[in-house]
Amino acid sequence: MSAGIGIDDAFRRHGAEALATLIRLVGDFDLAEEGLQEAFAAAAVAWADTPPDNPRAWLIAVGRRRALDQIRRKIAYRSRQDQLAAEAEIERQTAPIEPDEAEAAFGDDDLLRLIFTCCHPALALETQVALTLRTVCGLPTAAVARAFLVTEETMAQRLVRAKAKIRAAGIPYRTPPRELLDERVRGVLAVIYLVFTEAYAGDPRQSLAGEAIDLARRLDALLPGRGDAPALLALMLLHDARRPARYDDAGDLVLLEDQDRGLWDSAMIAEGLALVEPALKAATPPSPYAVQAAIAALHAQAATPQATDWRQIEALYAVLLRLAPSPVIELNHAAALAMVDGPAAALPRVEALAARGTLDGYDVLPAVRADLLRRLGRNADARAAYRDALRLARCDPERRFFRRRLAELEGQRG
Amino acid sequence: MQYLLLIYSAESHAANGDPAVLAEYGPFTQGIVQSGAFKSADRLKPVNTATTVRIREGKTLTTDGPFAETREQLGGYYLVEAKDLDEAVGIAAKVPTAKYGSIEVRPIWPMNG
Repeated sequence: MSAGIGIDDAFRRHGAEALATLIRLVGDFDLAEEGLQEAFAAAAVAWADTPPDNPRAWLIAVGRRRALDQIRRKIAYRSRQDQLAAEAEIERQTAPIEPDEAEAAFGDDDLLRLIFTCCHPALALETQVALTLRTVCGLPTAAVARAFLVTEETMAQRLVRAKAKIRAAGIPYRTPPRELLDERVRGVLAVIYLVFTEAYAGDPRQSLAGEAIDLARRLDALLPGRGDAPALLALMLLHDARRPARYDDAGDLVLLEDQDRGLWDSAMIAEGLALVEPALKAATPPSPYAVQAAIAALHAQAATPQATDWRQIEALYAVLLRLAPSPVIELNHAAALAMVDGPAAALPRVEALAARGTLDGYDVLPAVRADLLRRLGRNADARAAYRDALRLARCDPERRFFRRRLAELEGQRG
Repeated sequence: MQYLLLIYSAESHAANGDPAVLAEYGPFTQGIVQSGAFKSADRLKPVNTATTVRIREGKTLTTDGPFAETREQLGGYYLVEAKDLDEAVGIAAKVPTAKYGSIEVRPIWPMNG
């Protein structure tokens, strides 16, 4: 295929948009997914000769036709009366739509509708994230399963149950009305941030971080001035800007202090920095996303690790701890405190967190503890803590990093 | 769609039977009757009046008390007509007992579906 775009490319760029419009047109999640899948299968053949000018419109038009074929197959098993009613409905819908009509059928709001439906509070938070990854970000079920550390079969069942609840409980496919909007936007932002952090800890290629950033951008563009989307966008941009420096050529993890800051994406940093001040001032007290963005901004602005304003970072974590208390923030606060007052000051806080057990299973806790112990020269304790971290690590670069640290400490006394 | 709003609360809670709370049910019910959402509603007598029936191996077993001992008990219900779950949740949030109890929102299974 020389001209036009490839199937994979089309799926990434237009899969969610085509699905969003198809769900509205055929009124059913599963049917729309089946229709779109068949449309992609058809595209594999049809596009080899003549790629369409407008892949999204092509996918919507073909996907809708295939979805209606599905309905037709299903009604063959129903009673005569139901069949007649369903046939009439199909007759009404089946007049084929040409690609330009399909393009007109796509509304900017369709994707927003899909997002709000996937992030509906009547679904469990984990399910919201999984459904968003699967349908809005177009991630394969196997990849979503990996992000949640469950088998593909378990994830597939969870997604089926989620779609069944959307249908059976009458979760509406729409942008929420004004009185519900703020609350729902908050829910969507929480899901977007989880998509971002899952990507951040998981796949080193970081494809999902881009999707999360894109989602926040779209949300902000479609609902300007609503909620904390700019604050979250700033936070994600400033973190993701460091991605090129986060892994070396061998795919190994490089710590913030060892990163080549010349590799950081200066355009993303500039965009993020410009958003931070207004985001901090947008509300009193500021949104937790804005405070986290301000912390990321301080890292981004430091030309060298030594130039980092740890005192201010520590103070911002203290603010964050008041606004949105959580054990993870406590851990980050302790790590910042170690940079200001030394590892001996921070270690008791980390030990206390570990004793509470609320972060059991989180590899960053033993990793921070190991680092503090290493800096205090307690090498045997540090090794034990790195082994704990290694056991809990969720991806290979992390595992290799912990093994490297362990190897460095091997043979050292203490 | 039709939804059943199941009203749960601890029967021992001070607000249960409180005339001030009961008085709020009047305007709430009138409101949903006027909006057209109201289908039916009832208040139930306390769980100490409950009898549970099961058929096992062809025999009728009758036991004193509710199906399950729980912290909160079913005290009444509203059957409402709502466009979607958001609308049903909006109505459930206005049930006076929601302030101290819980309202479970369940879609009715349509007989032809």
